Amino acid sequence: MTATAAPRTITLPTSKDEEWRFTPLGGLAGLALELGDSPGRLGNADLTPYLFGHPEWPTVVVVDGRVDAAASNFPTLPAGARLLPLSQAIADGDSVMRAHLHRHIGPGATPFTALNTSLSVDGVFLHVPANVTLTMPVHVVHVATSAAAGVTIAPRTLAVIEQGATATLIETFVSLDPQGNYFTDACAELVLGANARLEHIRVQRESAAAHHIGFTQVDQQRDSHYRSFVLQLGGKMARHNLHATLNGPNIETLLYGLYLTSGEQLIDNHTAIFHNEPNCNSWEVYKGVLADSSRAVFNGKVFVLPVAQKTDAKQTNRNLLLSDTAKVDTKPQLEIFADDVKCTHGATVGKLDELQRYYLQTRGIAGQTAQALLIWAFVAEVMMEVTVAAVRDALEATVRERLEQMIA
Amino acid sequence: MALLDIRNLHATVGETEILKGISLTVNAGEVHAIMGPNGSGKSTLAQVLAGHPAYKVTAGTATLDGEDLLAMEAEVRAHAGVFLAFQYPVEIPGVTNAYFLRIAYNEIRKARGLEELDPIDFIDLLEEKLKIVEWGPEIMERAVNFGFSGGEKKRNEILQMAVLEPKLAILDETDSGLDIDALRIVANGVNQLKSPDKATIVVTHYQRLLDFIVPDYVHVLAGGRIVKSGGKELALELEAKGYEWLTGVPEEAAAR
Repeated sequence: MTATAAPRTITLPTSKDEEWRFTPLGGLAGLALELGDSPGRLGNADLTPYLFGHPEWPTVVVVDGRVDAAASNFPTLPAGARLLPLSQAIADGDSVMRAHLHRHIGPGATPFTALNTSLSVDGVFLHVPANVTLTMPVHVVHVATSAAAGVTIAPRTLAVIEQGATATLIETFVSLDPQGNYFTDACAELVLGANARLEHIRVQRESAAAHHIGFTQVDQQRDSHYRSFVLQLGGKMARHNLHATLNGPNIETLLYGLYLTSGEQLIDNHTAIFHNEPNCNSWEVYKGVLADSSRAVFNGKVFVLPVAQKTDAKQTNRNLLLSDTAKVDTKPQLEIFADDVKCTHGATVGKLDELQRYYLQTRGIAGQTAQALLIWAFVAEVMMEVTVAAVRDALEATVRERLEQMIA
Repeated sequence: MALLDIRNLHATVGETEILKGISLTVNAGEVHAIMGPNGSGKSTLAQVLAGHPAYKVTAGTATLDGEDLLAMEAEVRAHAGVFLAFQYPVEIPGVTNAYFLRIAYNEIRKARGLEELDPIDFIDLLEEKLKIVEWGPEIMERAVNFGFSGGEKKRNEILQMAVLEPKLAILDETDSGLDIDALRIVANGVNQLKSPDKATIVVTHYQRLLDFIVPDYVHVLAGGRIVKSGGKELALELEAKGYEWLTGVPEEAAAR
């Protein structure tokens, strides 16, 4: 099967577009905004390092944007919960899928969600019916192969967590070719019914030459709880938009993020929280460590509608610069139209604390050991927010290894 | 040879000279108390000995076992056996006490050409050391000084000292702000760590700590100089008479 369709034309945003002011997209010029003819083969590729030591978890392997059923693990899920390739749900005309797909991210939300909508042929559909608890996390592993060189990968994830249901969803983006030059344009629609709970972990480890633009939309109903951890490590240029819309009272939304950049890398995190109803809490902490001449962009919007009284929203973005040539553009953006709310934000860009450094020296700890320890101290605050121990431990090891390379 | 030999030490911070010619000899096995009013230079002396980069030594010498202490980076001084218990211990969120102590312990071992201790053996060592400050193991899983009360921070300094076993321990106002229980625990800890091959310098404003840690010598610092030295009875005299008879300045004024 070839999925090649008529050439797409999208108008790439420029630096004049406020949403893309600090994130140049020139690197996309050399890439075809088209899917490849056919997905690559995993062959003997070993995905073990990415599976958090739990191959028995429900795991969907998506190769170059298409589900590889042979590499995936679809165990029987509890009481009516379903995990299947999105293409299969579409072929089946699944009613839950039809009620939600493209309903949460409108096709025209951004040029790249539009591109995903027009290109995407597969991805993952997770449905957890009311009051069902998934005991194991669901892991979606997006693998880029050399077959994607020069072209676009456009997977789509739809997760519908019904009223009172509980799930954990992990999305991992990796490349088999550390220098692979491709473009991932990913979308995820995450739907939480009343009193539903979802922990969502998104790990971006694309190749050093890759471009990655992702858009995640979370729609929450009353009393629901959404916890997110976004780890961005890879890519030459990587951008993630995480938008949460709070459509009922008494919702909790927790957004944690960590990005590590080096070389000439650019990593961009845009978040938006829409407080549309009263008595909701949102709590956001994003942290970044930048080395060499790398760059990071953070933009965090919080919108509080007039009706959303008693909103409690806190947003923090902290950045640690390890070199004089690294650069951060950070912009918290609160737009509050209600009068009885508690909303705060703070952004910092700094270097390692001299007093902490001295304290360590007086304990015999200096040089790279001290640096690594203090950087770890900085990132640990957000790392600790991953509640799945196996994932937290594995990501901790990955982050430590990356930090060691950055300060070597 | 003296363990610590300070001669005519002058030090500045920014443009201001704080130490104006300190000479002091500390032998192994001794406890020295350095007392004095606020602003006399006590804490500066402690920080200069530990290697704080903000202080510049402009004249004089200091040797540890005959080696030039002032030429060493702060971490090298720690490797050589100098330990400063901070007046204001620094918080390191995200790093557990256990991890921090093990790294410090092993860095010092490494610098001395000794084998590093693995985490399991280190836990055994820690259990022994925790007894010195009357603490249970739960403190080891908390981040270094993060969210600690003032008393807990000071106790944590003494725990670090117990683990690192310094040749020369300098306690900078370790007693300030402590309730009597914490003071007793801290002082007991220091006393248990006393040995004939080690020395302690206790920097304090008040005589109270010296009821618990009995010094062999007491020195009074004022205006960046040692203006009087004596035995432990000098501390009692200071408690009774204040510092004014030595400095010629009312204490309130000296603090400015």
